[in-house]
Amino acid sequence: MRGRAETFAPLSARRLLALGGIGLILVGMLVGDIFAVFVLHQNAAKVGGSLSAAAHAAVAGDANTVAASFQSVGSFLENRGTKVDTHVHMIAFGYLALVLAILQPWVALRESTRKKLAWLFLFGSWLLPVGVFLIHYVGLAHSPLTTIGWASIFADLGGVVVVLATLGYLLGIVRHLRQRHSVPMQDGLIDDRSAAGSVLFAGGLTLVLLGFLHGGYYAAFDLNRHEALDYSLLSEMSIAAGEKNTSAVDSALGSYGQLGGEKAVNIAAHAHAIEFGLLAMLLAFFQPYVRLRDPWKRAWAWVLLAGSLGLPVFVLLELKLGLLAGGIADVSGLFVIIALLAMWIGIVRYTGKIDSDAQLPAGRRA
Amino acid sequence: MIAARRLLIVGGIGLALLGMTYGVWYAVFAEHQELDGIGKSLTTSFSAAASRDSAAASVALGEYKELKHAYDRHVDVHGHWIGLATILIVLGIGLDRVGFREQFKALLAATLLAGSFLFPLGVLLQTLSRGTGPRVLAVAGSALVIASLAGITLGFARGQKG
Repeated sequence: MRGRAETFAPLSARRLLALGGIGLILVGMLVGDIFAVFVLHQNAAKVGGSLSAAAHAAVAGDANTVAASFQSVGSFLENRGTKVDTHVHMIAFGYLALVLAILQPWVALRESTRKKLAWLFLFGSWLLPVGVFLIHYVGLAHSPLTTIGWASIFADLGGVVVVLATLGYLLGIVRHLRQRHSVPMQDGLIDDRSAAGSVLFAGGLTLVLLGFLHGGYYAAFDLNRHEALDYSLLSEMSIAAGEKNTSAVDSALGSYGQLGGEKAVNIAAHAHAIEFGLLAMLLAFFQPYVRLRDPWKRAWAWVLLAGSLGLPVFVLLELKLGLLAGGIADVSGLFVIIALLAMWIGIVRYTGKIDSDAQLPAGRRA
Repeated sequence: MIAARRLLIVGGIGLALLGMTYGVWYAVFAEHQELDGIGKSLTTSFSAAASRDSAAASVALGEYKELKHAYDRHVDVHGHWIGLATILIVLGIGLDRVGFREQFKALLAATLLAGSFLFPLGVLLQTLSRGTGPRVLAVAGSALVIASLAGITLGFARGQKG
């Protein structure tokens, strides 16, 4: 037993959810990075191109081309939307897996049941984003339904599986809350106060706060102006097209593209600061599982936080500094991915001490 | 479980369920209809411009403005309720790292929970009314969230020193 404990511990439901959750976040971030570099800007250019084609067709009085151009816009937006959804759902399910992993001591179910629920949860968490990703490519091919394709059907099935597994855990938590507990619960992960965990929790909390402050500032000073500008620029385009004024159409199209960029960077900065902050806070609880030396654990915590701060800050600066800021933001995202991978490897190397302690009666715990 | 922790975890789970239920309603009954409406109103507007019918173009753009206003807020409400719920649960689990008395922690928890519910609710009500009431509710809710998060951050720093 001693040799086994010092190599790799068998997976508990908690470690399975932790490894699966971080794995989902890692792949979701990689998909996001690949999407940002190879799809996002090209797709935005195509959407802009189609809108321009529609406006110029309106100048020429060609209503058929207007309709065809807006159909293209719809198709490009669907392609973009399914890729964003894949990225977002993988990461969101990863977060949920980490939350469920932390909550395991409160789930009053047998370990074997909790483990089955964990596998079920992870299966659904992969099925949904893979299904969503394939929607654009599979379409309605061989579908028994007229509006929903096979990819959507499997994506929805994945969502149902995730909901069922989560409800199973929720049932376990309700059972725990209904039981009487004379001794306060002790848990190796929640009670941990290591330096790496504290750095991650403090940094994460600060990032969440900064994200909310930026979101509040954006909502107070820019959101309404951007919404009014969106309408007035489209109106300008439409009126200028009706008057066959091509230069006014082009000017409005240019401003509309710039507005889209401004909105996108503000929303992305706000969302990424909060998401990375939350990720850092969640990872703080798993530091006892990370089997690396303390200086390395602290170093990876700082790398993760540096990347988590760098990405939203340089995304915001993209409008002023252009591609340079975009490049730094991408590198910052890579920092987060590498630090996360290091922690994931540390959790794989874990020896099982906390899990075996948790299975002992309270009085016999180390 | 201590009161503040229970409030955050149980409140967070409740808010997540509310956000997900709202998301299901929205996906089935509102999202596709709004997106279709946005696409159609833009096409109608530019087609009308091509036919030199400026009045019809203006009416269609007006429809686009209303639909876009509602669509953006519906998406925001879903995302913010679930996102805030996750933050509530995580802070609930880590609350013993915050170096304040239990009573003050319970006050911070209640403020955060109230703000997390009211802020997206104010945004949602903006789809029904353009008046100041919903905007005031959204601003007040977000102020509660920011103030309580700042308090918890201070409490965490205090806990580390202690």
